[in-house]
Amino acid sequence: MNLRGIWTVFRKEFRENLRDRRTLLSALVFGPVISPVLVAVLVQFLISRTETQADQDISLAVIHAEYAPNLLNYLEARGIKIEKVDFDEAGARQAVAKQTHNIVLEIPPDFGQRLQAGEPAPVVLYSDGSRGFERQGVSRVRALVANYGIEIAQLRFLARGIDPISVLPISVQEIDVSTPSGRSVFVLNMMTYLVLLSMLFGGLYLAIDATAGERERGSLEVLLTSPVPREHLIYGKILAAAAYMFISLVLTVTMFALAMSFVGLERLGASANLGPAPAALLVGCCASLILFGSAYLTIISAFAKTYREAQTYLQLVVTIPTMPLIFAGLLGLQTKTSLMFVPFLSQHLLMTTVVRAEQIEPLHILVSAGSTLVYGVLLAYIAGRLYRREALLG
Amino acid sequence: MLEARGLFKSFGKIAAVRGVSFAARDGQITGLLGPNGAGKSTTLRMLYTVLKADQGDAFIDGTSVTADPLAARRSIGVLSHGAGVYNNLTARENITYFGELHGLERADREARAAELIEMLEMQPFADRLAKGFSQGQKLKTALARALVHRPRNLLLDEPTNGLDVMAVRNLRKLLGQLRDAGHCVLFSSHVMQEVEHLCDEVVVINGGQVVAAGTLADIRARVANSHLEDAFVSLTDGDDGEPK
Repeated sequence: MNLRGIWTVFRKEFRENLRDRRTLLSALVFGPVISPVLVAVLVQFLISRTETQADQDISLAVIHAEYAPNLLNYLEARGIKIEKVDFDEAGARQAVAKQTHNIVLEIPPDFGQRLQAGEPAPVVLYSDGSRGFERQGVSRVRALVANYGIEIAQLRFLARGIDPISVLPISVQEIDVSTPSGRSVFVLNMMTYLVLLSMLFGGLYLAIDATAGERERGSLEVLLTSPVPREHLIYGKILAAAAYMFISLVLTVTMFALAMSFVGLERLGASANLGPAPAALLVGCCASLILFGSAYLTIISAFAKTYREAQTYLQLVVTIPTMPLIFAGLLGLQTKTSLMFVPFLSQHLLMTTVVRAEQIEPLHILVSAGSTLVYGVLLAYIAGRLYRREALLG
Repeated sequence: MLEARGLFKSFGKIAAVRGVSFAARDGQITGLLGPNGAGKSTTLRMLYTVLKADQGDAFIDGTSVTADPLAARRSIGVLSHGAGVYNNLTARENITYFGELHGLERADREARAAELIEMLEMQPFADRLAKGFSQGQKLKTALARALVHRPRNLLLDEPTNGLDVMAVRNLRKLLGQLRDAGHCVLFSSHVMQEVEHLCDEVVVINGGQVVAAGTLADIRARVANSHLEDAFVSLTDGDDGEPK
């Protein structure tokens, strides 16, 4: 079989689209530059937020501070800034709601008396649980007040001749076994998602232009009168879209690697495993997906009546293959061989493994790449069959 | 030499072409004349192999378009309706692309493109992107593209649509040259004057059927009218061409 036609169409589509601003922007700029920068900015924001919070003094508004001078000294000695205020209950609620004071502690008038009498002495802590960034401060205050209570209890036991240690039968020791790379999981999930999406977008406009666009401009009919089998024409177009997807993929991964090295994930106690070798491995994981992606987009745009119609479909359709990723995130799916048969999901799981610097199984790579390639060839074949239909002319 | 034998084509319930037969000979310009919707484009599309006939067959220099469409395509040049060109390629690249699709080697297709650019007087815009081309410049590009593989047969679908007077004149001159060089030229039109000026033979189509065929003189004689336009009106009963 003479395959020269495929090569001819491929070269022409590749060259023509190099001159198309829309294709170039979507292949070389939108995905590869914008998404890594966005993620980097977001991560940077998270880091600076966490860091400033850890360092920041927690300020606490106290109602009736005069009833519990010792407790307040205890808190102040542990870095809590005390601000004496005079609110009633409604005032305290309002202060928290309006964020004039983020945490308010109310000491009831009988606090000292109850303490002395050995009765439980309640204090009231006002805060807004829906404001995530303050939760740390609230739990710190709560823990300190509770600790103060334990210290008093221990003194009481001591006074009664009981070893205070014996009333703490269980002590919990927390050990966090997450690796530094594993801790950046949220960021990395987002990254693999964006890498896959950016790859698809790289070939999106070429797929539209080469099919619906060509028909709309009226050059398709003449193209079909050339002595090249119709399916070869579409194979050439699929390969050209695939080439742009590959370029987009390489650029996106490179940009992510660069962006992450500037951000300094290690300050979050996390590190992304994104040197040159892992980056190359990431590209390798996704490479088999390129044929699938470009055949998929080409089939859909080939049957849209106009460029605009194709554009409308594709912007929706392009996100469909990334759905399994969202489920994977929600269900906490683990890498296993059966999942390697699912395109997009398998690449996502493999990429996650690489970035977390975990051991990657050769069998998984083999199954993922092999099955995805088979789907891709199948889709390309279907595209070829569809291109032989007359309905193509519209 | 182009030959249509009993072509039928329906789109759903609409019978666009109902038994069209005619021949277009080498060294002649044949006009496919008919009102809008008469089936001219559909007939041409079956001849240049993008549509398959429901019934009947067409032959390009004796090669059946249904039996061997690839071989048939090698000996036809096509100018489709609207003359769409690739906007992000230059005129020259548009031409060489089709040369390559037709299997011409690099040196050959480049030489041929240069030759056509000179012949069609395209030098001023040959190496500009087709993006901003006028209709006339687009037509020349599309025409050069159709001729790049030196086809014996040329099929043009309403080539003069949207052209100014000068461009039409140039086209006429060119088609005349091709005829004199022994090519078979078939073009569709609904414009009388064009057909009158250019054609050696006319095939009048109405309602998906051939209602008259022959030389201009034959047709005039048949309806006893010296004006082609009047002859045309009496042949088509002045209707809008839709099949009944």
